[in-house]
Parts: sequence; C-alpha cells; structure tokens
Amino acid sequence: MIQVKDIFKKFGEIEAVRGVSFDIPAGEIFGFLGPNGAGKSTTINILCTLLKPDQGQAFLAGHDVVEYPARVRSSIGIVFQDPSLDERLSALENLVFHALVYSVPKAVREERIKHVLDMVDLWERRHDVVRTFSGGMKRRLEIARGLLHHPQVLFLDEPTLGLDPQTRNRIWEYIRELRESDNITIFLTTHYMDEAENCDRIAVIDHGKIIALDTPDKLKAMVGGDMVTIASSALDQVAAQITEHFGLTALEQDSKLILEVPDGESFLPRLMRSVDVPIDSISVRRPTLDDVFMKLTGRTMRDEAAGAMDTMRQHVRASRR
Amino acid sequence: MMMNNLRGIYSIWLRDIIRFRRDTSRIITSLAQPALFLFVFGNGLARGLDIEGGVGSQLDTPYLAFIYPGIIGMSLLFTSVFSAVSIVWDREFGFLKEVMVAPISRSSVAIGKAFGGSSVAIIQALIILVLAPLVGVKLSFLVVLAVIPVMLLISFSITCMGIAMAARMRSMEGFQMIMNFLVMPLFVLSGAMFPIERLPGWLHFLTRVDPLTYGVDALRFLMLGPGSAQFSLAFSVSVLAAFGAAMISLAVFLFNRTD
Repeated sequence: MIQVKDIFKKFGEIEAVRGVSFDIPAGEIFGFLGPNGAGKSTTINILCTLLKPDQGQAFLAGHDVVEYPARVRSSIGIVFQDPSLDERLSALENLVFHALVYSVPKAVREERIKHVLDMVDLWERRHDVVRTFSGGMKRRLEIARGLLHHPQVLFLDEPTLGLDPQTRNRIWEYIRELRESDNITIFLTTHYMDEAENCDRIAVIDHGKIIALDTPDKLKAMVGGDMVTIASSALDQVAAQITEHFGLTALEQDSKLILEVPDGESFLPRLMRSVDVPIDSISVRRPTLDDVFMKLTGRTMRDEAAGAMDTMRQHVRASRR
Repeated sequence: MMMNNLRGIYSIWLRDIIRFRRDTSRIITSLAQPALFLFVFGNGLARGLDIEGGVGSQLDTPYLAFIYPGIIGMSLLFTSVFSAVSIVWDREFGFLKEVMVAPISRSSVAIGKAFGGSSVAIIQALIILVLAPLVGVKLSFLVVLAVIPVMLLISFSITCMGIAMAARMRSMEGFQMIMNFLVMPLFVLSGAMFPIERLPGWLHFLTRVDPLTYGVDALRFLMLGPGSAQFSLAFSVSVLAAFGAAMISLAVFLFNRTD
C-alpha cells in the first residue's frame, strides 16, 4: 500500500530525513517510533503530499506522491499532530465541509457522518461549536473526520499526544476495529512506547534514519534479558562495583542505574552479595520498547534535548486542547 | 477536474458564510463603525470646516450624503481585508492544513476565499444601506440592484489583494503592518471623506493610483447621481475590473506557491 524508496529531505542545513525506505502492506498498523525531531512528521508530510522529497520516491496506493498528489490525497486520511479543526464551526459543519472537499457522494453523506460520529461518541454533541470541546473530544472528532471519506490509508501523527489514558485506549479500540472492518492501512508516529506496542510493525527512527524495523516482540527480543533498575545514593560506586564483579556496563537514567542481565531473578541475590555500597531499591522487569531504543542508540527517548522552542510548542498545543 | 474545482470554491465560500452567520456580533459592529464615522466624524468635520453648504463637483451635495458612499467603501475595504487575512488565523489554528491536504486545487481555495470574503463584505455593506434615509440619500430598488455589482468588484479585488498578502504571512503581527501601510492609506486617499479634485499635485497623484478612489466614485455616481462623481461610471468600473483581474491572478499565483 505504501512504498518508500530512499527519501531525503533537508531544511536549510538540517537533514531531517536521510535515506528512509520501507514497505507497508495493506491492512497493516505500522508505527514510526522516535524522539522529537527524528524525522517522523517530515516523512508523513512527504507521504501526504504536503512536502516534496529532495531525493527518492514514495508511492501510495500505487500513485507517486510527487507526480499525482491529487490521487494520493483522495485516498488518504490524516490526523495531524496539531489540531486542524475550524473551532468556530460545529462538529457537524466540520464534517460536512470535509465531505464536500473529499467528494463524499450526497446520497451517503448523512449516513456516514452519523456513523463516524457514533463511533467516537460525539453524535449527541454534533451541533455544538468545536471551541467548546475538550482536547479529547477534538481529537476524536479529527479521527472521525479522517475516516469520513473511507481512506485506504490513515495517517495518525502523534494521535494521542496530550490525551488521558482512557481516551487513548478508546482511540486504539477504534483503530483496531477499523482495520478489522475495512482493512485500512494505518501509519502512525509516536514517541510513546506503550502506544507503539499496538503496532504490527515498528520502525525505530533516529536522526532521520531507520535504525530498526520489526514486530514489537522481535524488537524487544533484541534486548537479551531482563532490565534491572537500581536506586542508590552512591550510583557511581555501585556502577563501578557492578562492572568489577560482573563485567556489565550500567547506564544511568533519571538518576537510576539500568542494566540488562540474562536472568533477573537469580542476578539479584548475587548482586546483593557483591556490592557493599548501600542500595535504596532494586526492581526487575521485562524489557520494553524504551529499552530497545536505549540499546540501539545508547540514549533514552526522553533524554532527547527538546529545544526550548519544542517545549513551548508542546505547551501551546496542550493548552489549546 | 472542473467539477472538483467548483466544489472546492463552493465549500470554501460556504464555510465563510456559515462563520459569518454564526457571529452575530459582527453584524452589529458592521453597523456601529460606519455610524460612528458618518455621524460623529462626518458632522464634526462638516461643522469644523464650514462645508455644510455642500461639496462635490457642483458644490451642491450635502457633506453627510457625500461621505455616505465613502463610508460604504470603507466598510467594504476593511471587511474584505479582514476576511482575507483570516487565512493567517487558519494557518495559526491549523485549519489551513486540512484545506491544503484536501483533494482540491490551491487555485480553487484562493478563489473560494475571494468569493467568501466579498460576499461577507457585501452583506455588511448592504446592512449600512439602512442608514441612507438618515443622511438624506434616497435609494430606489433599482439603485440598490445596480450598486451590488460595484460592491462585488470592490470587495472581490480587495479580498484578493489580502489573500495575496496572507499567502506569505506567518503571524498576525504582519496584519498590523498591512493595516498601517496599506489599508489606512487606501482608505484615506480614496476621497471617501473629502473631495479629491482640489488637492495639491502629489496628493492628487496618490489618490489617482488608489483603486478604492474609483470604487467610491462609482458608488457616488450610482447613489448620489453623476453630478457628485468625478469620473464616468464606465471608467471607474473598468479600472476596478482591471484591478480585480490583476489581484485575482496575483492571489492565485502566490497562494499556489505557499506551503
């Protein structure tokens, strides 16, 4: 459904995308996982014809995104990272506008609008002006709008950013239902690890390049064993002793040590015997995609220096919802 | 493709109309500002400058009646520019993205916006017509019918001018610039508030290159009679049409290149 061949995109001196390639078959839920500024949104904008790649080719439903933007546009639905509703129109008016510009036939327009509004539980509020909606409601309305014209591919750019967990789960339910009923392809970007776990396949992207692409389980299998997190007032000494006794390198994250060991349960007693510096707490858990990212890049996603501008933009976005 | 474009134009236009209908406060303000200019400013100027006797080419048009078409021109100018510049708000609030990624051409978006902005401006200007009896201007139904196409020419071309500028604008700060360096000069130089025939040379020249001068003059021609106008109706309308054609081309060109 989507083929991307070696695309590059530069903004001035900044190389946002540096040679990205992937194939997404119809009906797949495909996730782009990476920190802010990794090139996720740039790739989406190229696929939905808002940006032209400097190099490389991308095809969507068989159409070249540069040569046939109009054909590509009518076969995709997009939920942008930032809100894109007309806040002064009612929910219904926003959908009617969308149906008009996407040529949804008049005969089915009403029925479809009712269907998507029911799906996101907003039918009762259809006559209300969008300005009065909460952030979650706006997001749901945008998702409903993105589906109104029965796209073959739905793009979701950070679909649940700033939403409460309950709404997030609801949105994921809709997404899975849709895949079941319409076999639509879903391409989403996220930097929430738990959200990425919902995908069939995930591409981990960092500094404009895909550094890993596989199912969530296989990605997690890349991290060999269990993750042990240690809190202590003398982190440096603990780390040094661990290296000395077990030959393992512990990474520091949020003033805690994290290390990967083949078998967590049997490691703990051995650790307690060999370290003589006071330890406040220890926990053992199965690896998450966070650990995969850490393993691949040596950094955590949260470490990424979100520039002042980014932080501000996020703030503005959050307050607007 | 043709149908596609028409649908695009229609939907963008419809959105502007719905938004206008919803915003009833705009209908009230559309009357308040012209009334303020007309009765306070107009009366004050007439007394202060001792031109109560009359102005116009034959010096027989009462001052309030004289500026009445000018005030309508002002309303058309401000509303049109404001409508066009709402594109910048749409960009700021994200709605422009929904429009840009839709399967309709950029040209149809620009043209739809031009019709949307001018429709709203015409509706507001028609509301001002209720003030006519208060300034002693008698309007027949035929005159009102004849005035509408002139209003369309003025508002359409000015909305297009606004769209051309909004295509490049990234923030509302630019709007202040446009108000100060474009909209206010266009209004002041149009002769909306004073007769332009006896101005010093350089000022005379500036009024002649202001397209709104011809709009206001055409409105005067129709509403007050040929005696109050400076140019023939045919000439004013031709200038306006040429200006409109140039502006719609510029708006479509620049809007196609925006991102």
